[in-house]
Amino acid sequence: MHNLTVQQRRQLRGLITMFVLTLFGAYVFYFNSDKTEPITFGFIVGDEWKLIKEWVIVSKTGAGIFLSLSIVGVLVGYLQLRSKRTLSLSSFIFGFSFIMAFLCWAASGKFIPFTGLLQGALMLSVPLIFGSMSGLLCEKSGVINISIEGQLLAAAFVSGIVASLTKSSIWGLVAAPFAGALISLLLAVFAIKYAVDQVIIGFVINVLVIGFTGFIYTELLIPYEATWNTGPSFSAIAIPILSKIPIIGPVLFNQTIIIYFMYLIVIAIQIALFKSRWGLRTRAIGEMPIAADSVGINVNRLRFWNVILAGFVAGIGGAYFTVGSVGGFTKQMTAGAGFIALAGLIFGKWTPKGAVIAALFFGFADNLQGTLTIIGVPIPSEFMLMVPYVATIIAVSGVVGRVRAPAADGIPYSRGNK
Amino acid sequence: MVKIEKIKNNIVLPIYAFIFAFFIGGLVIVFSDPEVMSNIKSPGKFLTSAGAKIGNAYLAVFQGSIYDINLARGESFFKGFYPLSETIVTATPLILTGLAVTLAFRSGLFNIGAQGQFIFGAIGASYVGFHFDLPPVIHPIASILAGVFLAGIYGGIVGLLKAKTGAHEVIVTIMLNYVAGFFILWLLKTTLFLRPGRIDPIAPEVSENSRLPLLLGKDLRIHAGIFIALLAALFVWWLLAKSTLGFKFRAVGSNANAARSAGISIPFVTTLTMVLCGALAGLGGAVHVLGTEHALTSGIGGSLGFDAITVALLGRAAPLGTVVAAFLFAALRTGGVTLQSNTGTPAEIIQVIQALIVLFIAAPALVKGIFRLKNTSAEKTLTAKGWNG
Repeated sequence: MHNLTVQQRRQLRGLITMFVLTLFGAYVFYFNSDKTEPITFGFIVGDEWKLIKEWVIVSKTGAGIFLSLSIVGVLVGYLQLRSKRTLSLSSFIFGFSFIMAFLCWAASGKFIPFTGLLQGALMLSVPLIFGSMSGLLCEKSGVINISIEGQLLAAAFVSGIVASLTKSSIWGLVAAPFAGALISLLLAVFAIKYAVDQVIIGFVINVLVIGFTGFIYTELLIPYEATWNTGPSFSAIAIPILSKIPIIGPVLFNQTIIIYFMYLIVIAIQIALFKSRWGLRTRAIGEMPIAADSVGINVNRLRFWNVILAGFVAGIGGAYFTVGSVGGFTKQMTAGAGFIALAGLIFGKWTPKGAVIAALFFGFADNLQGTLTIIGVPIPSEFMLMVPYVATIIAVSGVVGRVRAPAADGIPYSRGNK
Repeated sequence: MVKIEKIKNNIVLPIYAFIFAFFIGGLVIVFSDPEVMSNIKSPGKFLTSAGAKIGNAYLAVFQGSIYDINLARGESFFKGFYPLSETIVTATPLILTGLAVTLAFRSGLFNIGAQGQFIFGAIGASYVGFHFDLPPVIHPIASILAGVFLAGIYGGIVGLLKAKTGAHEVIVTIMLNYVAGFFILWLLKTTLFLRPGRIDPIAPEVSENSRLPLLLGKDLRIHAGIFIALLAALFVWWLLAKSTLGFKFRAVGSNANAARSAGISIPFVTTLTMVLCGALAGLGGAVHVLGTEHALTSGIGGSLGFDAITVALLGRAAPLGTVVAAFLFAALRTGGVTLQSNTGTPAEIIQVIQALIVLFIAAPALVKGIFRLKNTSAEKTLTAKGWNG
């Protein structure tokens, strides 16, 4: 084992971590477990709430089964390492079965609405996914975007107001991307034209948007609520055949139009970024703008339009907070989602796929926490809430593999000043 | 000549930024008020009502932050300074957290984590303050040290991770702020910290002995913490301007590669800077608990982390500048409270104005373009750096 590359050594460390966690799980959830009551998982099979299938399993047996499965995950990981491949499959098997084993232990004697758990997780992930796509578009082209929070909040605010004034959720959704783009315009002008530190400008934009929306909310939206803040919201559209697929059907294909947009946008970005001329150029100006410039790409112009595009994408995500769910706007309703989206982007190593997986993970962790708090489990909810943040710190510290930003990310470009 | 230009730049630019920010703030106030806007068809009436609205708003900010003539008429001339005392009380933690950001800036780090570090400082000071029984002078010192120690470690984690693994401090500090926020929520539910007989998250009051002495009697909240804050500012100034260590900090901050070539250990500087930043923010938390709040609550951090950054940016990452900026922002903040209660204009407008001020200061070229100021070579903007740098 001594002629391993740095990458493989990291993977080995990851594998050992998984193994140790499994042993720890075996001790706590199985051998030392005094839980005797069974756990009930509820699944919605069709798209009707009535069709609930229940799966009852004894806590200890369930934990045992899933822990064995996570050992399988570790073994698969070992084989993958031997054949010099990445550990994606094994991480997935391990992650899934470890969480299930944990649930079998924690929710003994309780009912876990499994489909609801996944649905809630997706709902919490939506703004994170839109936000991290916005961050991705900016950062792949070399502009750091800390102002995702501001973009989401501004778009939520504008779409809520527009939907209320026009009494139409569609107009709310149409207006939202422009609000996001307006915030992007601020970022683009200061970061690209005036070459201000992008972290600082992004930060200040957030304060500005939080202050401004909070001000208008108290000054206009509360006293004149009937006109300004009673927007309608979208209802779910079930896609005929797909929504009937057991378990994932009702989760993925019985959603509002915003979520269908999300699928399209994520797929489009994934393909465009790696297969199109635009994608190649975008990655070039983010990694080595001077080389891109020398072959005739206008670095700052492309950066400008990518940042504006990012605002559009974040804007749709912002609309999800108002017309996509509750209708009305409330002060600081994005509650830090923009920062978690940023974390997800980094956690996902600046790739669309990675960012989506990270966002789903954060959404799942958040929703699991909520569910477990309601049914009452032995772990304080605050520690469950910390999970995404601690996971991000671990991720950026390189424990789960080196995370590297685009090389020119955050560095303003001007000719003769490389 | 260069020096005079520089000073002029450091004073003239912020003044223009202030004027501009207040002007735009005024526009926001006017255009969001349906009553004023209903006069828009008759220009004269519109202008007078708009002027009155803005005038009243900014007068309320002044009354709420510096001197309140109504309070003075009612009781005594002295009582009129109640708002000023409140401004100083608000400025105290702002100076300390602002310094925590300023010091990091000078070593080339962006410390967004003042919030979390402040919370840990408050936790440490509060625990020693209510749990132990110590003699008068020793108790506050012990409490402060406990807070500073905890927060120093919390800040040090960031520096150590950056030094050892290259984890970017912006990400780590943002995440640690959330962790600290959840941690204090949990802590205030434990039997160790929850005040007996209460169910809402509040710790017991710190003992009388551990409190910082009030400076001007029981009516005014101003306490000795302000001197601690000013001493800390003096220390940071000395550290940066006069000490060898500070020279290393600045060397790493202005050009890390050159500093490395000169034999300065960057991991050492990064870690030590973050420990000191954590300690400064933690001192803020300790002083806030022992001087102003007396009891730990989950909301003790407020929006201090954000404010600290705006203060440091406005102070252009200089210790003296940070102190001045903290006083200005504290005045706006306390004035904002009066603004809302006296005129009904929401206090969030202060946040808008603060952000605008920093926006204009961060982009000198913009303000110079608007006011047609001469470009000078001596100007220093905060340098832009990437994630990987």
